[in-house]
Amino acid sequence: MNAEPTLGENVAGSERATQSGQRLLEVANLRIAFASGRSLLAAVDGVDLRIAAGETLALLGESGCGKSATALGLLRLLPAAGRIPGGEVRFEGRDLLALPEAEMRGVRGGGMAMIFQEPATSLNPVLTVGHQLGEVLERHLGLRGTPARERSLELLTAVGIADAQRRLGEYPFQLSGGMKQRVMIAVALAGNPRLLIADEPTTALDVTIQAQILELLRRLQGEHAMGMLLITHDLGVVAQMATRVAVMYAGQIVEEAPREVFFSAARHPYTQKLFAALPDLARRGGRLDTIPGQVPPLSGMPSGCRFASRCEHAWERCRRQAPEWRQVAVGHRLRCHLDALPAAVTGTPAAGGSSAAPAADAALLSVDELRVHFPIRRGILQRTVGHVRAVDGVSLELARGRTLALVGESGCGKTTVGKAILQLIAASGGSVRLLGQELGGLARGARRPLRRRMQMIFQDPFASLNPRMSVGEIIGEGMSALRIDVQGQGRAAAIAAVLEQVGLEAAAAGRYPHEFSGGQRQRIAIARALAVQPDLVICDEPTSALDVSVQAQILNLLASLQADLGLAYLFITHNFAVVDHLAHEVAVMYLGRIVERGTVDEVLRSPQHPYTQALLSAVPSVRVDTPVEFIRLPGETPSPANPPLGCHFHPRCRQASAACRERYPATTSLSGTHTVRCHLHS
Amino acid sequence: MAFLPVILWSDVLIWLLFATAAIFGWLSVRNPLWRTAWQRVGRSRAGMASATVLVVFVGVGLLDSIHYRPRLEEAAASAASGTSRQPPAYAVEVLSVLDAILTPLRTRNEKTYSEPLATRAYAKESIESRGADGQLQQSRDYPRLKHGGAHLGTDETQRDADIGQRLLRALALATLLWWALAAATAAGLARAESCTHEEAWRRIWHNESDFAWNAVLATIGVLLLVVLPLAALSFNYHVFGTDKVGQDVFYQVLKSVRTALVIGLVTTLVTLPLAIFLGVLAGYFRGWVDDLIQYLYTTLSSIPGVLLIAAAVLMMQVLIDNHPQWFATAAERADLRLLALCFILGVTSWTGLCRLLRGETLKLRELEYIQAAQAFGVADLRIIGRHILPNLMHIVIIALVMDFSSLVLAEAVLSYVGIGVDPTMISFGTMINNARMELAREPMVWWSLAAAFVFMFTLVLAANLLADAVRDAFDPRIAGSA
Repeated sequence: MNAEPTLGENVAGSERATQSGQRLLEVANLRIAFASGRSLLAAVDGVDLRIAAGETLALLGESGCGKSATALGLLRLLPAAGRIPGGEVRFEGRDLLALPEAEMRGVRGGGMAMIFQEPATSLNPVLTVGHQLGEVLERHLGLRGTPARERSLELLTAVGIADAQRRLGEYPFQLSGGMKQRVMIAVALAGNPRLLIADEPTTALDVTIQAQILELLRRLQGEHAMGMLLITHDLGVVAQMATRVAVMYAGQIVEEAPREVFFSAARHPYTQKLFAALPDLARRGGRLDTIPGQVPPLSGMPSGCRFASRCEHAWERCRRQAPEWRQVAVGHRLRCHLDALPAAVTGTPAAGGSSAAPAADAALLSVDELRVHFPIRRGILQRTVGHVRAVDGVSLELARGRTLALVGESGCGKTTVGKAILQLIAASGGSVRLLGQELGGLARGARRPLRRRMQMIFQDPFASLNPRMSVGEIIGEGMSALRIDVQGQGRAAAIAAVLEQVGLEAAAAGRYPHEFSGGQRQRIAIARALAVQPDLVICDEPTSALDVSVQAQILNLLASLQADLGLAYLFITHNFAVVDHLAHEVAVMYLGRIVERGTVDEVLRSPQHPYTQALLSAVPSVRVDTPVEFIRLPGETPSPANPPLGCHFHPRCRQASAACRERYPATTSLSGTHTVRCHLHS
Repeated sequence: MAFLPVILWSDVLIWLLFATAAIFGWLSVRNPLWRTAWQRVGRSRAGMASATVLVVFVGVGLLDSIHYRPRLEEAAASAASGTSRQPPAYAVEVLSVLDAILTPLRTRNEKTYSEPLATRAYAKESIESRGADGQLQQSRDYPRLKHGGAHLGTDETQRDADIGQRLLRALALATLLWWALAAATAAGLARAESCTHEEAWRRIWHNESDFAWNAVLATIGVLLLVVLPLAALSFNYHVFGTDKVGQDVFYQVLKSVRTALVIGLVTTLVTLPLAIFLGVLAGYFRGWVDDLIQYLYTTLSSIPGVLLIAAAVLMMQVLIDNHPQWFATAAERADLRLLALCFILGVTSWTGLCRLLRGETLKLRELEYIQAAQAFGVADLRIIGRHILPNLMHIVIIALVMDFSSLVLAEAVLSYVGIGVDPTMISFGTMINNARMELAREPMVWWSLAAAFVFMFTLVLAANLLADAVRDAFDPRIAGSA
């Protein structure tokens, strides 16, 4: 990539700008620290980056490794406590760190622009789209009035927004999430930047929208020959987008390689661990590799290799001496003392793991035609004018020791199904039977014995634990509420036992949730559910808020608990890799209904419903060599308050026929376990 | 008996509050979570400095909350001699312990306004004096005060020197006392932590002790430097001047502290249960309960507050006036009127906090840990008690202190409209109200207002700072990140 490293240094500064095609951004030994009291904590320690025009550098790493701090540091947008104690940032030959603030404002948006993670909060809710675009156009291009409007229209059309004329006058709340991110990209492009910094641009979006946005970014980058710094933790996104990859760990870049080399011959133990921790078909049902421990805190950085404490290959020198850069191939360098590492470690299949789960016996849970409708009330008298059909006739069966994955995009009603099964939300119709007993009509008291049979693990481990209760109180609450006898041992002993079961020390009972990391908190949440010895656990995206390595730990824990205790899981997720790894059966939901159901192999290997096919094609694959054709879904998920007539999916379906527009398709059985609701198969 | 104890209703409430605080403190020591939280408060320098100031205010308020009626002299004499079997007679005037301590301040009234530390009145009067020839002479001059600087006799030029001398002596005493106190603290700390005195001393001043001793000692130092000179001067001068009827303003300010504490604390006793109970109920159960409670507070808060309070106070005033037989003394009547005012203020001012708590509860009940508890079948009241209330406490504490200050101020406003506390009761409100008219005159009478303002400001500021420290210490999110 950087074929002539000496050439650039010999060219005088004035000529550098003309050479920008080769060197857009050069970052040398950038250090960023955060002031804490009187001391400075180094968040980024000596980062070197080079980005050429038309090139995408992916910055990969877990949360807390300093990726976002690096991006904000490049733009000099660090929060008030942030300091840049050293380093050099050259953008088109200019030293950004030495620029006065007034000139820096020209660089931001004009020279390099940034796209943020959360489209919902990066647009100002009280300004129209046109106003927010116009602001950038006026600042950087001096455009006003009609020319600005024309340019805005061009930009919106370029980012694939239909009916741009109307959208210009609209406010962010009138746009969907994917559209907001498109507008955000249009705003970023408005100043004709040469470098685009994208900080997790698709993390908050659904897979189908993510695929659209990634495709858009690729196309725009090609058209404008922009450089791009893509910050992400998703190896799939990296595989699709990057030209080069830099892996960041604890404030340092530890490995840098061209994409092909990175995906075939990553050398750093951390990178290899990241790959190994990824749930994948190859290790189905086995244990995932995890990275023990956590990223060292900013205040306690080890003096040697920063990864040494979590590295299984670490030797004495790693702890003593920080490794220097070492070139191993063209464009491939890493910071590691090990000369050659064994090839990527593969997971060891679990002995008699969940793949050998008992065959479906009598159903533990059976849900029949479950409906949850929320009334829409309007007017002074709060009259019901319609219903949001969040769940509209869902039927499921789940046997002991099995895992059923409920997948679908956000807003399709999968979480509502989970809560309705737990009776946290009253169902509007249908039945939920647990162990043959109907839950729907029971009084609170009568429902209590059944409560202990099913529990829930929530998505966000930071919101699911009461910050004012100790871990012991949190876990003990369920036991005392359900009056569970702990024979022969005290409650404290029971709590200690369940903590041990999820891999925490018994001493954790006396501590408070804020003292734990995200992964440990999720373990506490699991312990809370396990404390009442349930048969069924509803997992609502339990790993989506966690890093890959921590996700692997939690998935392993769930798998081993299932093997040991014979738990049944209803696994609500949008992550297909996790489904593939953990589930026995899959049900795909779209707009409150299950459109396809079957075993993992049936649904994921030979999807029959066009929606399932589109979803699967949109999942970014970590394999760079097998390009999958992305089935582009036009439009957005319709509102469940006003679903389309006929098949809900027909407005977005390429194979829709006249029948699809008229009536909802009936269930078709393709095999003993595989059913689909589509006119193509009836 | 030389006195007859009088128990006023507000005394009961104040001492009950004090006892509750003491019990709460005792419980806190036994509960490890609370103990560590209070220890965090103890480490906060601003918190401990303001706590020290508050302790002084509360001390004054408590001293002013033990009331009695002194025995009249003649009756006492006759009872002692045993000549008469008459029951002992007690004065109709109800005094407090603070009044007894401040007897010189309370009794030495001038005729009318005098400036702080003045020896002569503030306005000229016609003075008749007998000249050397025995003739009555009329002159127009500032009359000499009866008590202010009376010990100087005719030699008024000595005033400045006298004040300076007293100040110096008081300051010297304050410094001495402070050193003694600081040394005692260091010695105590040295014994508790078994280190040398020098080491303890260093720890105190280098902020290395577990308790913000340096803040407490510094505050005590400042307080001593202010209080001792005030005390030394107040015996012979009116340090803050006198008001229209010649009463000492310093005495009035000290008496106002109790009124402010009663208004600020007792009112919240009425507000808090209403606001918390109704707010949490509305937010947690929603549906018709929510509709009903919302209707209630929307209606209540759309009636102009002053109007509502005025109507209630006037009704109550009529009631009190029609039943003079209920009250043995004027103090009892004034006290009941104060309590009624607290009650009325409380009933009309819970809506803001209730609305706040309802909103927060609406947010909390959707949180996943509440849903987890519901999935366990935990009873609703238990969820409210264990999950929702503790997470609302920081809002309650903030609202409590903000209300404290605004209630003290509301009392001033209501006294201005003439519907505040009883005119015979001394409060910051009545002081400010009386001083208000005099601001317009030339030369201006500023000292009443200034004294009331400084005391009220100090009280409210100290309460605010302490509440900040308490909230930070009890919020696990902030405590965890620190």
